[in-house]
Amino acid sequence: MAPISPRTHRPARVAAAISALALVVSTAACGGGDDTASGGSSAKNFSFLSINENTTIPATLTTLSQKECATQNAAQPLEIKKQAQASLDQQLQLLAGQGALPQTFIAANAPSLTSQLADSGSVLDTAAISQGVLPAASSTITSLYDGKQLVLPTELNIEGIWYNKKLLADNGITTPPATWDDLVAAFAKLHAAGVQPISQAGKGGDGWGVTRWVGNYILRQQGPDALKKVADGSAQLTDPQYVAAADAIAALGKAGYFGKSPTSIDYATALNTFLTGKAAFIYMGSWALSDFNDESKNKIGADNVGFLKFPTVTGGTGTADQMPANVGTALAISKKAYENDENTRAWVTCIVDNYGTVALRDSSQITGFATDGSVEVPALTKQIQTEIAGVRTSVLWFEAYFSAKATTVSQGNGGLLAGGQLTGEKFMQTVTANLG
Amino acid sequence: MHSVLGDRKSVALLLGPALLVYSLVMLVPMLWSLGYTFFTGSVISGFTWAGGANFSKLLDDPALPQALWFTVKYAVVITVGQVLVGYLLALLYVFFLRRAGSIIRTLVFFPVILPTVAVALLFQKFFEYAPQTGPVNAAIEAFGGTGVDFFSTPGHAFLVVALMDIWRSMGFYAVLLYAGLLDIPDEMMEAAAMDGAGTWRLIRSIVVPLSLPVLVSSLVFSINGTLKAFDSIYALTGGGPGSATSPLTLYMYQTSFAYGDYGYGSTIALTLTVLCLLVTVVIFRATRRDVGQG
Repeated sequence: MAPISPRTHRPARVAAAISALALVVSTAACGGGDDTASGGSSAKNFSFLSINENTTIPATLTTLSQKECATQNAAQPLEIKKQAQASLDQQLQLLAGQGALPQTFIAANAPSLTSQLADSGSVLDTAAISQGVLPAASSTITSLYDGKQLVLPTELNIEGIWYNKKLLADNGITTPPATWDDLVAAFAKLHAAGVQPISQAGKGGDGWGVTRWVGNYILRQQGPDALKKVADGSAQLTDPQYVAAADAIAALGKAGYFGKSPTSIDYATALNTFLTGKAAFIYMGSWALSDFNDESKNKIGADNVGFLKFPTVTGGTGTADQMPANVGTALAISKKAYENDENTRAWVTCIVDNYGTVALRDSSQITGFATDGSVEVPALTKQIQTEIAGVRTSVLWFEAYFSAKATTVSQGNGGLLAGGQLTGEKFMQTVTANLG
Repeated sequence: MHSVLGDRKSVALLLGPALLVYSLVMLVPMLWSLGYTFFTGSVISGFTWAGGANFSKLLDDPALPQALWFTVKYAVVITVGQVLVGYLLALLYVFFLRRAGSIIRTLVFFPVILPTVAVALLFQKFFEYAPQTGPVNAAIEAFGGTGVDFFSTPGHAFLVVALMDIWRSMGFYAVLLYAGLLDIPDEMMEAAAMDGAGTWRLIRSIVVPLSLPVLVSSLVFSINGTLKAFDSIYALTGGGPGSATSPLTLYMYQTSFAYGDYGYGSTIALTLTVLCLLVTVVIFRATRRDVGQG
């Protein structure tokens, strides 16, 4: 073949230039698209990053966009994107790293991550716009985020043990158990009668339901500051009294009270097991009221569902009125979007003013927002509203002060504890090793 | 052609764009990741110099030996399983299924093209213990046994992972090795048979030695794939129960992206790279000797 001629160089140069251009364009396309406003211009949409597992918040925001917040929606239409809850924290980190957080999003699973986002200037401290937030919700949020009001309380939950009144009565348990010993005796009685005492998920990250039992036992035994002491470093989860709490739950697992293979049971299956009358107790938050009040899901009837405060432990310093409370799945607001975009500010104000009433009316969801008092609610919801109003001291959940890693490890091992495959000591050692 | 390839400008022009793309999407991230090993922090909080802290953390991390052990165990068991079952299938195709072979080969190869997540869901249902009883447990119970909670104990979970990955890829290795076996001259086999060699003798003295190069290639393919396994384990067990089936890849992913610790995640990635490098060196040294002599 003859040497390459100058004429053949030109197409090659053109091809190389096109390749380089294509590369630059494709590289530029890889950058995150930032829908949020900067420098005073308004974003095209009001973007909300939701999670697949929650249907109430997208539904309520959609209703708001059509009615109460229709004006704001006309200026900046609502746009909902969804994400699996398990990978929410990962997605938020990536978006924050690219400066591409949407105007509003579900707050991170690990509160420590939301705090980090706030420290880096990505999340708004909503204290100044929280005039419509109930004091109980404010105090729960500030205790979670070190004095700051980093989320809007689209839920205000209390947690406890819900029970099937008829199943208990049928098995001779006429009074709801008030102490831990009474509760364990009831479990034994039901188990002996062939009834699954507790329905609780333990599959992967759904193991939080089991670790709630551990956390609450600790709080009842050692008082409401017990988990804060671990966070402060003045106590260790491997201290004997903490291990004893995990052992108490492992003993329930060993006895088979959590049913067949908790590690195979996810959240929806556990809830369904309770709502179809196949288990007597379930530890759950009041966010499940919408399911309890839904006749298509609740086959045992809402009248048949009772609520029990987590019972006291013999010799313990914690009391039953120290209520596990949280703001569950809450909304965080992008600081940059709120401060730079007038339309986003109008949307957020409308949410604060109207969300509580619409969520209660349409989804029986109790939120941390004030309502206008016009909504008639089912009896069970009314009962929980009364309980919430009566809360004087609230306590947080087992992993509330943990890092993302320790939270994942703790919840991932919850199912093994409920299956009796892990001792309390081993569980606490595993979690402690990942506290960081 | 020689003159074109002998011209440095032409070579640079032809290779340049591809090399640039490769450098940007492969080499730069790899070097970037190497750099992260000396830093701590995340994209949110920013990065600070950590010196050798991430490396000393490797030595103190109780989860690392567990993940490393699982990775090695998984790689050895799956590699042996994939290549052995693939080889047996290839022998079956060559010696017993010459006529109906194409149908069987197609059926055995079919799982290779199925999406990993679909196969994982299939196996989850197949070995399910609760809330429904899967076919495997139903069969165990039908024969009077007690159902096994496969995904709640590390040993059983590993067994299901191994079965799934061997089933998924045995068709690929069977085809690869079958192609190698077809290269063995028929004359040599016939001559050995006429000399009175039985099937076992044929396999031991002719088939195995002559197919050794393709067997070694299969081993290299398999070990490289299994050391980096991620998707099948993530989809089937999620690394559980607890973290009992978490390989280094999954631990690295969680550390970097779920826990936001890019520095330590990159250090785990470097550990995996070193492991892959060691295994590759060992395999190539061994094969240079064996195959070269063969």
